[in-house]
Amino acid sequence: MNWTWLHKLASPPHAYGIAGRLTPWFGWPAGALIVAGLYGGLVLAPPDYQQGDAFRIVYVHAPSAWLSMLVYGTMAVAAAIGLVWRIKLAHAAAAAAAPIGASFTALALATGAIWGKPMWGTWWVWDARLTSELILLFLYAGVMALRASIDDRDRADRAAAVLAIVGIVNLPIIHYSVYWWNTLHQPATLSKLGKPSMAGDMLWPLLVMLLGFTLYFGAVLLVRLRAEILRRERDAGWLRTGLAQ
Amino acid sequence: MTARTGMLAAAVLAFRRDFLLALRHWGQVAQPLVFFVMVTTLFPLALGPDLAQLREIAAGTLWVAALLASLLGLELLFRADHADGTLEQLLLSGQPLAILALAKGLAHWAVCGLPLVLLAPLVAFSLGVPPGASCAIMLSLGLGTGILSALGAIGSALTLGLRRGSLLLGLLVLPLAMPALIFGARAIDLAVHGDSARGPLLLLSAMLALCVTLAPPAVAAALRISSE
Repeated sequence: MNWTWLHKLASPPHAYGIAGRLTPWFGWPAGALIVAGLYGGLVLAPPDYQQGDAFRIVYVHAPSAWLSMLVYGTMAVAAAIGLVWRIKLAHAAAAAAAPIGASFTALALATGAIWGKPMWGTWWVWDARLTSELILLFLYAGVMALRASIDDRDRADRAAAVLAIVGIVNLPIIHYSVYWWNTLHQPATLSKLGKPSMAGDMLWPLLVMLLGFTLYFGAVLLVRLRAEILRRERDAGWLRTGLAQ
Repeated sequence: MTARTGMLAAAVLAFRRDFLLALRHWGQVAQPLVFFVMVTTLFPLALGPDLAQLREIAAGTLWVAALLASLLGLELLFRADHADGTLEQLLLSGQPLAILALAKGLAHWAVCGLPLVLLAPLVAFSLGVPPGASCAIMLSLGLGTGILSALGAIGSALTLGLRRGSLLLGLLVLPLAMPALIFGARAIDLAVHGDSARGPLLLLSAMLALCVTLAPPAVAAALRISSE
């Protein structure tokens, strides 16, 4: 099989251009979906019969929590690709993804705490989901700190990749052990797509927000990937000729 | 050891070398142990000498102290070998690095984890834990220190030769070790209250099996990356 197209695609000038052209295709739909989801969630959806209007933070909390895990998965897959096939672009993507994931995790924690105040009467409860989000934040911090402490870029890339893969193997173990340790939280909102526990007019804004947040992650990842390519290739000839034009 | 030495023989040699070196520098090996005892002494001093109260927190105290002590002990695992070039010799020896890493990890556990396990019932007794729980304590910490050695070896191999390596090591290893902490402390807690600790201990054993099989390749990959 001929793999040259892949290597051509993964070359920095190509990837830089393609990422730039793809960004609006993620960004605009993301913006539209988030606006629609927010309108649906904050205005159209009826108040919850138990939680009143306080439940509406789920439209930010649940997508953030979903992305905190999706981004870690993306980062680990990119890191594995970079490690196995020695594709530098994949390492750059992993490096670009880590701070995004950490931000979504922090957002999930913050919205969880804000939601917790009216529900539990306190900002923080050692509940299983919040705790495993907190540990996920530590995992992100570890990957970012390891990358930042190694000066040699190649070594930093590969060391962070190994750690990300070790982390993704551990993630289910951490998740389920924390769950077992304490199940105080309400059962997962979106546990089964077939039989959702939310009413339809409350559910569709959530699904729209999930999609919108995911596309938003795609757009931010592409922008950050371009910045990462610029930083890594700052001495490269293609960049100089590209800028001169 | 050459490329023609059998794999098992090479592993035994690596284990013997590390074990003997550790015994001859036993002062270094004793440091994490002393640290372990000291940390467990801090809790009664901070919380008061009431044994009934101490018994309630004994499981957590033992496990947190063991976690921190084993973190300290990880300094001994690869750092000296990295500094004096032994690690490069191991890399060049033509032997499977994962097996050598496993042997080194075992030697490290034998000199850092095992003494801690043997000491733990004594410390637990001083925290008001009934002697009947000793068996569960030793099993829990025995399995747990094995898991910590395996996870710590990965972190230690990744941070070899870095400037603030030991600080970073804690940041990398502690989140990974949290499941072991949950089940290990739970097992001791059950035993302290006279219940069967079988469930969490079985889960800890499963984690150890996973660590022993998956960690050596990761350590080998990390060592290759760090010693380029």
